[in-house]
Amino acid sequence: MSVLTELKQTLTIADIRAAIENRTATATSIAEEHYARIAAEDGLSGKQINSFLALSRDRALAKAAAIDDLAALGDPLPLLAGVPVGIKDVLTMQGSPATAGSKILSGYMPPYDATAVKKLDAAGAILLGKLNCDEFAMGSSNENSAYGPVRNPRALDRVPGGSSGGSAAAVAAGFATATLGTDTGGSIRQPAAFCGVVGLLPTYGRVSRYGLIAFASSLDRVGPFTNSVKDAATVLGVLGGQDSLDATSSDRPADDYVTALTKPVAGLKVGVPAEYFGEGLDPEIRAAVEKTIDQLKAAGCTIVPVHLPHTKYAVPTYYVIATAEASSNLSRFDGVRFGHRTETPANLSAMYKKTRDEAFGPEVKRRILLGTYVLSAGYYDAYYKKAQQVRALITRDFLEAFMQVDVIVGPMTPTPAFKIGEKSDDPMAMYLADIYSVAASLAGICGVSVPCGTTAEGLPIGVQIMGKHFDESTVLRVGAAVESAQ
Amino acid sequence: MSETAVVTLEDVSHVAELANLELTADELPHMQHNLNAILGYIAQLNELDTTGVPPMAQVGEMLGSEVHVHGETLRPDAIKPSLDRAAVMASAPETDGKFFKVPKVIER
Repeated sequence: MSVLTELKQTLTIADIRAAIENRTATATSIAEEHYARIAAEDGLSGKQINSFLALSRDRALAKAAAIDDLAALGDPLPLLAGVPVGIKDVLTMQGSPATAGSKILSGYMPPYDATAVKKLDAAGAILLGKLNCDEFAMGSSNENSAYGPVRNPRALDRVPGGSSGGSAAAVAAGFATATLGTDTGGSIRQPAAFCGVVGLLPTYGRVSRYGLIAFASSLDRVGPFTNSVKDAATVLGVLGGQDSLDATSSDRPADDYVTALTKPVAGLKVGVPAEYFGEGLDPEIRAAVEKTIDQLKAAGCTIVPVHLPHTKYAVPTYYVIATAEASSNLSRFDGVRFGHRTETPANLSAMYKKTRDEAFGPEVKRRILLGTYVLSAGYYDAYYKKAQQVRALITRDFLEAFMQVDVIVGPMTPTPAFKIGEKSDDPMAMYLADIYSVAASLAGICGVSVPCGTTAEGLPIGVQIMGKHFDESTVLRVGAAVESAQ
Repeated sequence: MSETAVVTLEDVSHVAELANLELTADELPHMQHNLNAILGYIAQLNELDTTGVPPMAQVGEMLGSEVHVHGETLRPDAIKPSLDRAAVMASAPETDGKFFKVPKVIER
């Protein structure tokens, strides 16, 4: 399909929809082209990028044919008509296995679509398949997947970030125009920065979590990866809104995020927190982010120094709260209702224990143990309650800063993508890869990672733009300004 | 939370029991080492005086109590169809078609 080959670097949602509407391409040919690219460069057997864990050809091609029928009739096409998308394998998608990157769910075929998946489908998107991730979304490098690590398409010896590593890599490699990821402590924004794509963290409550295999329910969010800020705005418009199946989803209507991008950024107040530019920040990343801040100033933004004094406590707070919630959420994986069950257990108790020991990976066990420990008798107040109190302080930092500024800008990651194997034996070093992402997760605010340059070695650098609760419009608007300055 | 608190091997075994995890003899000391490293790092939360700070369990709590601010509402309590039993049971490790089957719970 020549239209795709020509447009490979710039293929946007609007390009695809227009090509189908003008009959210069069909949804079927676009889907086939993407499957051919995946077959050539991804390698489901774990060879190359290893981003897809399962392909849903039948469902995708049936949907593409339905879109082509609409186009042939000259009927109006839905917003995401013919757009090839991939789904992180922690979200359910009817007709495809859901593994959450874990052996414990092997063989599980969910009988329903997650709400976010259903909304993409209803908007005409072509669901190509399920994407690799760290087991139960626990990790910052995608090396914790039971199905092998994902390679970074920009540098094959490097990690794509995590936990939504497959989702970031698939967009970066041109396997999909948009993908869904999930973010509990940085799992959308950090891999977006490592792979040089756009990753959007919607406000907690903006996008339904129904059908998301839960890791930490008070932190988990669903959001898109795309090549451009405009595409992220388009997908968020489809995903946003209340869902009766998720009581924490907000009834505040989704905004017109695409129209919001057309407003100028001049006059906006951009906060720069000193705490995000301290020790440990890679000098090339610092330089790229400072250049981006200068560009926003040149575009008419007012740069305002702000303070987020509890920033250094975000990672320890996160690892108490997230693991406590995980230890509870993951108790449902016991060999009774779905997935793996140990062979010939002596009794019920032995079945639970052996099933879980055989099928959970080391990081998942570590987090379940830590979470159980901090919730156990005698430690609850000292660890869990304390962390919940510090979470309130971290959130207050943001609420106070947002009384002075419209957005907060800083580096997304302390380093560029690291080498596969470099940190996999050191959980603490891996946790610190999330140092700039977890505070926004704890506070429930929205944010986006946008590419803002590369290192001398050619590794992508991401800048993060954080915004007020439910103010994705402003975050995306500033993101578009950063993008156009590149 | 004492900064000198140390997780013993017995503690790891106890927590594993609570979490329905059966760790191997190799896994126990490894997990003990990891938990001590992580809890040592978490101990820095003690630097903060949190007296009188209400614990935050959910984001909506911080956005005020008015529904229009945080926007959470409950759905009407109405009867709706649930998932099809056959589709659910198709993924079960052991089933008689109606119920999930498990090994014997009480030995006689």
